[in-house]
Amino acid sequence: MADRKALQAEMISGHSGASPGLGMQRDLEVCKLVDTTTCIGCKACEVACAEWNDMPFTPTTFDNTYQTMPETRWNFWNLIKFNEHQNPDGTIQWLMRKDQCMHCADPGCLAACPADGAIVKYANGIVDFNQENCIGCEFCVSGCPFEIPRFNPMTKKVYKCTLCSDRVGEGLEPACIKACPTGCLKFGSKDDMKYIAEERAKQLRDNFGWQNAGVYDPQSVGGTHVIYVLHDATDPERYSLPKNPTIPWSYTVWKWLFKPVLGTFALFGFLGVIAHYITSGPRVAQPEPPEKEGPDAGINV
Amino acid sequence: MPASTSSSVERFDDKARNAFEHAGKTTVYRGELLRHPVYTRVLHWAVALFFFLALFTGFGIYLPWLFRWFTPFFGGGPLSRVMHPYFGVGFVFCFGLQALNWLKPMIWTAADSRWMRNIKGVVSGEEKMDPPDTGFFNAGQKVQFWEIVGGCVVYLITGVVLWAGARTFGRIPVAVSYVLHDISALIMLGGIFIHIYLSTIGEPGTFQSMIRGAVSEAWAWTFHPAWYKQVTGRDPQQDCEEARRKMNSSTKPPKQS
Repeated sequence: MADRKALQAEMISGHSGASPGLGMQRDLEVCKLVDTTTCIGCKACEVACAEWNDMPFTPTTFDNTYQTMPETRWNFWNLIKFNEHQNPDGTIQWLMRKDQCMHCADPGCLAACPADGAIVKYANGIVDFNQENCIGCEFCVSGCPFEIPRFNPMTKKVYKCTLCSDRVGEGLEPACIKACPTGCLKFGSKDDMKYIAEERAKQLRDNFGWQNAGVYDPQSVGGTHVIYVLHDATDPERYSLPKNPTIPWSYTVWKWLFKPVLGTFALFGFLGVIAHYITSGPRVAQPEPPEKEGPDAGINV
Repeated sequence: MPASTSSSVERFDDKARNAFEHAGKTTVYRGELLRHPVYTRVLHWAVALFFFLALFTGFGIYLPWLFRWFTPFFGGGPLSRVMHPYFGVGFVFCFGLQALNWLKPMIWTAADSRWMRNIKGVVSGEEKMDPPDTGFFNAGQKVQFWEIVGGCVVYLITGVVLWAGARTFGRIPVAVSYVLHDISALIMLGGIFIHIYLSTIGEPGTFQSMIRGAVSEAWAWTFHPAWYKQVTGRDPQQDCEEARRKMNSSTKPPKQS
């Protein structure tokens, strides 16, 4: 245990500044690599996720695909999405992509969250929800470009993939990685995973004829800590990934500019009326009694 | 607004006022005038109740960092968030009734524009009495009324979007609604300080109009001279001077030795 490091918080929702002691220790940024070209759709990662996070399986709907359920749920964070894509030449691609939280470097959920400490980004890149601080406003749902946070109507709180922060903090790989039988899922430092991903994409381009093969690591959210190798990186939408994920600008402007400024104005309403009462006093119904005269009448300005 | 609509609104208001007058009563003593009937008072305090419930639950959503200590009163953050929209609907509904009730006296007139140009004298207290053409509501009250009407529209539209969430309306509408909802709340919060101040310690004698429903004649000729003239048929200026003469003659002359 002595060589284990606790997770260091780097960003905290609704909270100004970083946590004390940030940067005293350097953590490697972790990353999950999903190679969609070697995924066989076995769903072992789905089971491992539900098992490790102790989430009972709930009834689902069948929608004529291989998919376990139409979309992730508050108690089902890891879902293989099966997409059927028809190429211009008439051939069909059956695409399998593991859908989960992307752990963005610039997380939209955290930017949108008003609650102090409900969302934390650790120095190793993991974005985690702390449900004890969550107020269930669901603003994170609108902040996330990947449709990941899910509301639980029973607890009135929001849940998502933790990248197994409990395991990673103890030096273990996430549960989904451990379960993957094909090596399609890899886990390590961001630099290493990026290198492996680029090498694999190059291999796909050079040796397998996937001329557009590439790595999905969208820079519009500062890069992500889950990256994909795609057969065709020019069209991530066929894997139901957004091409250019963005965070609504209004959240940033509102939180760091308007909130303090306008809040101060509202407070001035309170201070203003007190100042008015002290300096100019109340206006009373007329006629008032005659004012006092003589030496102790006070100063009349 | 077509004539038929406005008259149906009037019929509704009259019916409600009559019904509430049977349920409660307003005692007007000699030297006083009826200001607000039972219906208006009940609506006002219903609006106030819902306003503060929505405000305090809203604080917990707006800045949990500062207002987390508020949330236990409402059963915690998530429950505050669940109840906030219901309080908001109550606020908009009750204020909607009040808006119908007050639609007529709140219509903007040329006298109000003059009052607004003269606002400096009123705020500084240089003008002891409001201008003689100030009616049942002055221009400041009307501005606040229409601000709340506008605010309610913003609350309702953006509130429904926030209530249903990004899964129903999409991400951008929610992100924009969040900002507009908060701006509207902050304007109203600034306004409520002024409203409470002027109706209590800022202009003494005002608060009883929303509690008992009656105000003193002196209050009426000071702050709403045109209304005083309309209901009594007497000249506010003259009555004020009359009262001043009486007061001066009743004060004791200095003792002669």
